[in-house]
Amino acid sequence: MLEIICSGFGGQGVLTAGLILADAGMENGKYVTWYPSYGSEMRGGTANCNVKLSDEEIASPYCGKTSLDILLALNRAAADKFENTLRPGGLMLLNSSLVPADRPCRQDIRVIRVPANEIAAEEKNAQGVNLVMLGAMAAASAAFDAEQLCRDVNHYFYKKKKKMFPQNEACFRRGMQIGAEAGKEGEP
Amino acid sequence: MEKVLMKGNEAFAEACIRAGCRFFSGYPITPQTEVLEYMSWRMEQVGGQFIQTESELAGINMVFGAAAAGARALTTSSGPGFSLKQEGISYLCGTDLPAVIADVMRIGSALGEIFQGQGDYWQLTRGGGHGDYRTVVLAPASVQENADLAYIAFDIAEKYRHPVIIASDAAIGQMVEPVELPPMREHDIDRYDWVIRGRKPGEEQRRMKNVFYRMGADKYPAFLLDKYRRMEENEQRWESLAVEDAELVLVAYGISSRVSKEAVKLARSRGIPLGLIRPISLWPFPQKAFDALGGQVKGFLCVEMSILGQMVDDVVLACGNRVPVGFYGEFSQVPEPEIIVERAAAMLNGKEVQA
Repeated sequence: MLEIICSGFGGQGVLTAGLILADAGMENGKYVTWYPSYGSEMRGGTANCNVKLSDEEIASPYCGKTSLDILLALNRAAADKFENTLRPGGLMLLNSSLVPADRPCRQDIRVIRVPANEIAAEEKNAQGVNLVMLGAMAAASAAFDAEQLCRDVNHYFYKKKKKMFPQNEACFRRGMQIGAEAGKEGEP
Repeated sequence: MEKVLMKGNEAFAEACIRAGCRFFSGYPITPQTEVLEYMSWRMEQVGGQFIQTESELAGINMVFGAAAAGARALTTSSGPGFSLKQEGISYLCGTDLPAVIADVMRIGSALGEIFQGQGDYWQLTRGGGHGDYRTVVLAPASVQENADLAYIAFDIAEKYRHPVIIASDAAIGQMVEPVELPPMREHDIDRYDWVIRGRKPGEEQRRMKNVFYRMGADKYPAFLLDKYRRMEENEQRWESLAVEDAELVLVAYGISSRVSKEAVKLARSRGIPLGLIRPISLWPFPQKAFDALGGQVKGFLCVEMSILGQMVDDVVLACGNRVPVGFYGEFSQVPEPEIIVERAAAMLNGKEVQA
């Protein structure tokens, strides 16, 4: 069982990042659940989703209070809200474009800083921030095959729009480079 | 068959379409709005009617009209909107008309809030409107079941000429999971001889009126009792998990049953003999699931998202009040597996567990 939370501002694509992971899981024969944060929220407010991927049927769709494997924190509020739900040894990916470098982090988790906004801007794909983060996650976590997830990302958008988006793959691959530099470690 | 990733509310809507539903009238309210949104474009594709009505009252009463004409008709709502539909549901029952209504439950009385809740249990299972009626109530616990129960709901409704209510909740409606959708079926609106159609010269004018006016007060009670007994006998649905050797059995439906399943796994990993009965039909309550239990069961624990413990009475009745029935309820938070196991263990140690 893999528990992942994607969190950030509304409009950063955190719900889509979660949906891509759920879709990839389904396409690769896994049981998946995706559960959105839910409230009187609007663009610019906070958004998050809980994603679970498993080889067995998933009972509860909610990530545990101290058993989270991976956190994609696209802004500081996301890191502040969910860091403590990571299990020891869990992986936190911080969008360093928005999270200050001096923000203290737990010592018993892996932290990878990804300047996702800058990279997405360089790739002229401002909406690709979530994909940069996903690429970094896939390359840094042993739970993922980054090349496979890259294909799954392309497949996800192709299913939706019936065309390919090279700029999305470009963002994902730039994220992969950062994840690969950080190194792949055991689950996740 | 191919699986697709869908939201619970959307899978429900698509399965209704595939069951031959070609009439939807209703009013938006969170957390049910995706059904309306989906139907607004999907109905057009299949040549059905989608009407966003001026109110819930109009929504349910248009369903009454469409059902009288033989269509597979649907309306959906939540919270205060679902309360507004009760008069119409009573009329459907009084007139012997089939229809499907979904209540995607939110929390609290009055306006409450948009988060998941299970506080409509009494309203759903006791007949939420006036008069002497109950409806079949089906409670999905997954996106797949949202589709599966929608697909059979119209058949059940027509079998008894009686409304069927789908008791979903915000969590089950908003969750995304893979779902295998059932095949498309068409429904012939002239399939049944009781439907209202245009009258040719010489034909008797058919009107939809209260069955009891038509039948007379002498014949009506036996007719009604027979109908309810048949529903009680045939429409009990449930899932039992690890009950064969369970000494304590959780009883939970909808989103609470999902976390209860997790609790059963957790308890079993610690050697605690916990099982689960998940009512799929809230009415008729699955008495048969309780009758099938062995004598080793020492108690039941209801797990619900309600403060007052609305399902407890039904569990007390179903087990003949022979063993203690405890209750663990949450309001705005979904019950936690760890706390469920804690309460279950306390009950097994002879402690009383209430709220």
